[in-house]
Amino acid sequence: MSFLVYLINGLSLGSIYAIIALGYTMVYGIAKMLNFAHGDFIMVGCYVIFTICSTLSGNTFVGIIAAVILCTLLGVTTEKVAYKPLRGAASPLAVLITAIGVSYFLENLALLIFGADIKSFSSVVAWQGLSFAGGDLKIQGVTIVTILTSVVILIVLQLFIHKTKEGQAMLAVAEDKGAAMLMGINVNKTISLTFAIGSALAAIAGALLCSAYPSLSPYLGAMPGIKAFVAAVFGGIGSIPGAMIGGLVLGIVEILSRTYISSQLSDAIVFGILIVVLLVKPTGLLGKKIQEKV
Amino acid sequence: MAEKKRIKSNLITYGIVIGLYLVMEILMKTGNLSSHLKGLLVPMTYYAIIAVALNLCVGILGELSIGHCGFMCIGAFASSIFSKLTQNALPTPVRFFMAFVVGIAVAALFGFLIGIPVLRLKGDYLAIVTLAFGEIIKNVINAIYFGVDSKGAHISLNNVMDLGMEPDGQVIINGAMGITGTPRDANFTIAIVVLLLALFVVLNLMNSRDGRAIMAVRDNSIAAESAGINVTRYKMMAFTISAAIAGAAGVLFSHNITSLTATSQYFGYNASIMILVYVVLGGIGNIRGSVIAAAILYLLPEMLRGLNTYRMLIYSIVLIVMMLFNWAPAAVDWRNRVKHKFIKRNA
Amino acid sequence: MKKMKSFISMMAAAAMLAGTLAGCGNSGADTATTAGESTATEATEGAASGATFKFGSIGPLTGGAAAYGNAVANSIELAVAEINANGGINGYQVECRGEDDELNAEKSVNAYNTLKDWGMQFLIGSTTSACSLAVSENTHEDNMFQLTPSASAADCVAYDNVFRVCFSDPNQGLASAQYIGAHKLASKVGIIYDSSDVYSSGIYQTFAQEAPNQGFEVVSAEAFTADSKTDFSVQLQKAKDAGAELLFLPIYYTEASLILTQANTMGYAPTFFGVDGMDGILTVENFDTSLAEGLMLLTPFAADATDDLTVNYVKNYQDKFGETPNQFGADAYDAVYVIKQCLEETGATPDMSVSDLCESLKSTIVTITASGLTSDTMTWDASGEPNKEPKAVVIKDGAYVTAE
Repeated sequence: MSFLVYLINGLSLGSIYAIIALGYTMVYGIAKMLNFAHGDFIMVGCYVIFTICSTLSGNTFVGIIAAVILCTLLGVTTEKVAYKPLRGAASPLAVLITAIGVSYFLENLALLIFGADIKSFSSVVAWQGLSFAGGDLKIQGVTIVTILTSVVILIVLQLFIHKTKEGQAMLAVAEDKGAAMLMGINVNKTISLTFAIGSALAAIAGALLCSAYPSLSPYLGAMPGIKAFVAAVFGGIGSIPGAMIGGLVLGIVEILSRTYISSQLSDAIVFGILIVVLLVKPTGLLGKKIQEKV
Repeated sequence: MAEKKRIKSNLITYGIVIGLYLVMEILMKTGNLSSHLKGLLVPMTYYAIIAVALNLCVGILGELSIGHCGFMCIGAFASSIFSKLTQNALPTPVRFFMAFVVGIAVAALFGFLIGIPVLRLKGDYLAIVTLAFGEIIKNVINAIYFGVDSKGAHISLNNVMDLGMEPDGQVIINGAMGITGTPRDANFTIAIVVLLLALFVVLNLMNSRDGRAIMAVRDNSIAAESAGINVTRYKMMAFTISAAIAGAAGVLFSHNITSLTATSQYFGYNASIMILVYVVLGGIGNIRGSVIAAAILYLLPEMLRGLNTYRMLIYSIVLIVMMLFNWAPAAVDWRNRVKHKFIKRNA
Repeated sequence: MKKMKSFISMMAAAAMLAGTLAGCGNSGADTATTAGESTATEATEGAASGATFKFGSIGPLTGGAAAYGNAVANSIELAVAEINANGGINGYQVECRGEDDELNAEKSVNAYNTLKDWGMQFLIGSTTSACSLAVSENTHEDNMFQLTPSASAADCVAYDNVFRVCFSDPNQGLASAQYIGAHKLASKVGIIYDSSDVYSSGIYQTFAQEAPNQGFEVVSAEAFTADSKTDFSVQLQKAKDAGAELLFLPIYYTEASLILTQANTMGYAPTFFGVDGMDGILTVENFDTSLAEGLMLLTPFAADATDDLTVNYVKNYQDKFGETPNQFGADAYDAVYVIKQCLEETGATPDMSVSDLCESLKSTIVTITASGLTSDTMTWDASGEPNKEPKAVVIKDGAYVTAE
């Protein structure tokens, strides 16, 4: 019985990781860059919703839409200003470091605008959730909404990538930028679109993250961001279903290890399992095998 | 010819470090150095050391590590435990020297052990596993309680009560509270000597037979293997040396600050990424660049203190601009054009 | 070719740094004047040659713990402005300056050195334990008087020149356990603490050691770390399964607000018991204060106390900074007035050397009885620890009420 409770708790944490990981893996798969600022896009989304819903007492729906639009703009602008000039740089690390710069920038900007004190976020999900076995077994509304949302996003993304022209272009760019360009694909536009989608997903993830864990601070995106990144690697970075599975597995492992092994060492255990998985499957659960050719 | 050029380049690197040292010493002796700058010298140097270590891993070996501060952490804790235990038994110079030996050896050992699984992976997967190891090290040390009393050593992963210490005992690592009261043995001169030694080791390695083998593995491991190079051996060698040097930086760290805690500010992935920033900005594979970039970037936020709350915001903007200027293909072209014009005019 | 490129980029970087160095000089001077804004205008009436007392403070002004450091820096600014408006200390005006340490002991030492260059005579800091501990090594060397508002780890006041305003961690753990035991609040107690935090694990240790003497049983002690402090479902579930009637939370309000929310969603309602880090929970913007109903805490300060001193302080703070102060701020505010009282006792002047001022303060602070926001009667002994009574408060209808 209590195992079931813990499992459900793991599922609810995992669903949050999964939805963040979706955005991460999407950008990585196509632009081939680790957008370290992704976690901070989430933070921006949360503050936008908070400002509209709590400070200006606006409608939740309006808040989410505004956050999605703003994050999309932010993502596209960041890509244009900070990442695009570095495309084709001598080392892929250059853009990684710039992403870290962007992350510092967003965190410190939020610190200046909103202050360091935490703010409490009102859930965007009003539904209380399901209750079984006389209330001992509860599934929170936000958990169900998160899982449903991530499944919907997963399906839509898969359809988009495999069925539309733009999606096909993304696949082509992911496969080989140069060849894609020769085939008449507008690589710049495709990457911009990827960032737009990734950042919009960050806004949605932010709304759900803060509904589940309603504490708002300028640094709120950093840790879930890095955990979601781990989840994305775990599932095979670049693979969209992999991110979903990776996120759920990571959440469940984290909760169960904290329950049954040690609450002090749970971080170490989670990372330990990641290492073991990667040693057995060096490109993650669903990652493509890279065959190195001479 | 190439040999001569190389020696000259290495001498310039040592020269810069020694020159900087002399300038600082003179300023210090004549009382022209503010306490603020004086206090920055040792940290600046150990960050330069770990940047050199990371550049060996990222630039020479070609494997991205974002957990290098974990090795620094191990070096710091190992040497700190040693110094605490022998504080009254050994004279300071001997003890501090031994602390270096202990710190470096333990960090190297962990580098070796961690290298075995890590180096089997590639690219981003390798990077994320180094991050994972860095976090594991930090997390485990945070949960260690270690004490010594008349009955010997006690260790627990739960809490300090479980140690069951005799009243005469001394708790050395107190979980998250870490180690307090490590003797402050580090000073600028010692730090510079360690930096010079680290440079000596890395620069000589680069120009040795082993170093060329390591770089061959970096450039194309399959080709290197078919040329009869033992890929695993050379990867392990570079990684272990890199960890050992990071450990030396840790020894300086723990003997410069009296309160040592395994928190993310010092040893988490954020800190490791900070070092990576030094390496990338200084030039991947350019050892001299790492030293200079570490010094400049460590000083930068300190020098921006006058800007108060805008400090870190400005720092992040400078970082982005510097990256674009240094690395963007367009900026590189522009710089080359300007340079050519300049050279032509002079010629 | 390649070398040329890296050379140029290095030069560019150096030029940029040089630019910022130059820029820093100016702006540094600017901040000094703004910090002592009122000083400049009133210094003319001040005594001999416009000399001023210089108070420095150190704390995390950026980064995850910025809320605490800013409270300290702001409160000192507030207290200094008040003192200056009322004629200063011994007729001399006071200047203050706060420096950022990002919760990093190494940067805290850097901040200390910066303040020393500025001419600081007394240090109110560092805000956090590990940082304060590292800085105390330097203040001890320089023989500078250090009064930390909020560094609570036992070792922080090991040197004779260091004193503190807040309670020590062992003291708080002990007091909490004794209070729970004496008032028979529960027989089964659960604990959730931050095992990666010096403050939290320090209190937890003494609390757990004292528990058996107080007739209650610790049925679950679960940790979280700085890297996993969003989800508390496991820790709460374990406490619930173990039948804990009281949950002891030796943590800051930032995490506690999440714990209260999550306990509520899982339908677990024990008595929650916090320590001074819990103060601030009612002022979290948009927080549903009904969740904190019945929460007990041992704290020296309550932002909605009705005495004049607190009311004025809170009002002025809100007017100036747009936030409600927490106990960190209150401790720092008291620290300024404690130093003022000591200086007035001895009639010290700013032209005395740092070391002389330290000696004078060291011998005076143990003789005075101070009254402030965090206690009506505070005294110190040479160990550096304050003697003051923690107040137990309980939250009723969204406000603190004295618990008895």
